[in-house]
Amino acid sequence: MSLYKKTLAELAAGLRAREFSSVELTTLYLQRIERHAGRLNAFITVAHQSALAAARAADAELAAGRAQRLTGLPLAHKDIFCTAGLRTTCGSRMLDQFVSPYDATVVAKLKDAGTVLLGKTNMDEFAMGSSSETSYYGPVKNPWNIELVPGGSSGGSAAAVAARLAPAATATDTGGSIRQPAALCGVTGLKPTYGRVSRYGMVAFASSLDQGGVIAASAEDAALIMTAMAGFDVRDSTSVDAPVPDYVALLGKSVAGLRVGVVKEFFDAGLDADNARRIEEALALYRKLGATLKDVSLPNLPLSVPTYYVVAPAECSSNLARFDGVRFGHRCKEPRDLQDLYSRSRGEGFGAEVKRRIMTGTYVLSAGYYDAYYLKAQKVRQLIAQDFREAFKEVDVLMGPTTPTPAFAIGAKMADPITMYLNDIYTIGANLAGLPAISIPCGLVAGLPVGLQLIGAHFAESTLLNAAHAYQRETDWHRHIPEAFA
Amino acid sequence: MALTRAAIESIAQLARLELNEAEIPVYQDSLSRILDFVGELERATTTGVTPMAHPLPGQAQRLRADVVTEADEHTRYQQNAPQVEAGLYLVPKVIE
Repeated sequence: MSLYKKTLAELAAGLRAREFSSVELTTLYLQRIERHAGRLNAFITVAHQSALAAARAADAELAAGRAQRLTGLPLAHKDIFCTAGLRTTCGSRMLDQFVSPYDATVVAKLKDAGTVLLGKTNMDEFAMGSSSETSYYGPVKNPWNIELVPGGSSGGSAAAVAARLAPAATATDTGGSIRQPAALCGVTGLKPTYGRVSRYGMVAFASSLDQGGVIAASAEDAALIMTAMAGFDVRDSTSVDAPVPDYVALLGKSVAGLRVGVVKEFFDAGLDADNARRIEEALALYRKLGATLKDVSLPNLPLSVPTYYVVAPAECSSNLARFDGVRFGHRCKEPRDLQDLYSRSRGEGFGAEVKRRIMTGTYVLSAGYYDAYYLKAQKVRQLIAQDFREAFKEVDVLMGPTTPTPAFAIGAKMADPITMYLNDIYTIGANLAGLPAISIPCGLVAGLPVGLQLIGAHFAESTLLNAAHAYQRETDWHRHIPEAFA
Repeated sequence: MALTRAAIESIAQLARLELNEAEIPVYQDSLSRILDFVGELERATTTGVTPMAHPLPGQAQRLRADVVTEADEHTRYQQNAPQVEAGLYLVPKVIE
């Protein structure tokens, strides 16, 4: 079997057995990235030289018998994670020339674990989007059909893993940005509990929602990366000081007796009928494996998208105030005065969707509107979180579709922001409540992948990974590679 | 809710975003539609509900001791600055 068809777990075993070297493996992925760069636009920056240097160092560790579990495995980072010495753009003209003086904690942890950084993946500008079309560097294409979007905002990471240009990639999720692209590209995407993974060096969008995670081919691969990237970080004040289990060691348990809640509100009028059938089939498999299924209602969930589109833009307008053309980032030419410097640098540096969100946020926080919008949204958010808390008194995991439909055409939803925002109707709830959630491929609709979403209680990542792994031991959807890249 | 042109100009001014002529009607339309959409929240009964500011119940923002922990590396950090002189960030003259 070609090396790129192997999972991360299989590649790790091969490296350890010296069947191939990290330099060989890294070279293979760099060649695949180069070969398909024009077709997918999945990468913003490719780290040819530093990747090979890191691979040589990893091979030395492997030869000396000092290798850790991930030593020598190549991966990609979403271009929202700061990488010292390698440009970090966040998909924006604003940061086109930005080279971070330090590594994000996630980057440092994965480097210390011995991984090899292949490059930085393309994304919606400042992670604001559900299609990876708002990037300053052009849209990412879906490997299953390059006329379609890969989802977003982590579309570059999802497309890269789906096309096997990287065996795994980091990603971030504020309203579905890991799970939705994972679903539309047929890969596995884990959004951990809020606070589980350090956000130090991860460009901020909406600080009460943002969380870093991973996109990989399988749940087992996601568990491998997650074990290395999670954990307390004194540099992130929202980081939670709780021990990180070995998520890999916790895989393989039976799902017999697992209490699965099927969320009624996920099966709404917007859900594509064929997509719904794939979900029903996946649920039937869980039942066959001994899980007990129970209908669950989260009555306030239908308000999650409007809640999100108050909370997230409000926080974004505050976070993005730091881009002022003074200390770093784009500066306009020949500013007349300080006001002109701010306004023109920001007007030129930000794209259309980012400006839309900043203005929405500015409006809902402005005098006279704060109570009607922001405070009201914070209260509805509490109601939604309460629905989840009630549900987890009776079930171990909630299940439903990740998205209403498979991938849509590039350009199809760019004219109407609301249509685009509704792509995240099933994913936003987990962000509002700070819960971990995973999307796994569960079949095809007209040749396009769709995802099953599993949502867990706070810090129940291992429950999710184990349940996802149990499904993937019985199915092979996670091994499907789009034909053009197979 | 239909936002006026003046409202968009005022929001853009508050957000320090220069918009060109063509952008104003686009944002007038889309922001109006977004506000209509989020206006749906009015339907929810939230009497007595505590606003949720943190997604993890019981988690408080950590404080740290007010001591110096980082070294001075301003020259390295200022490599990303558009304009620097003598270790200072330069901006257009503020006081006439």
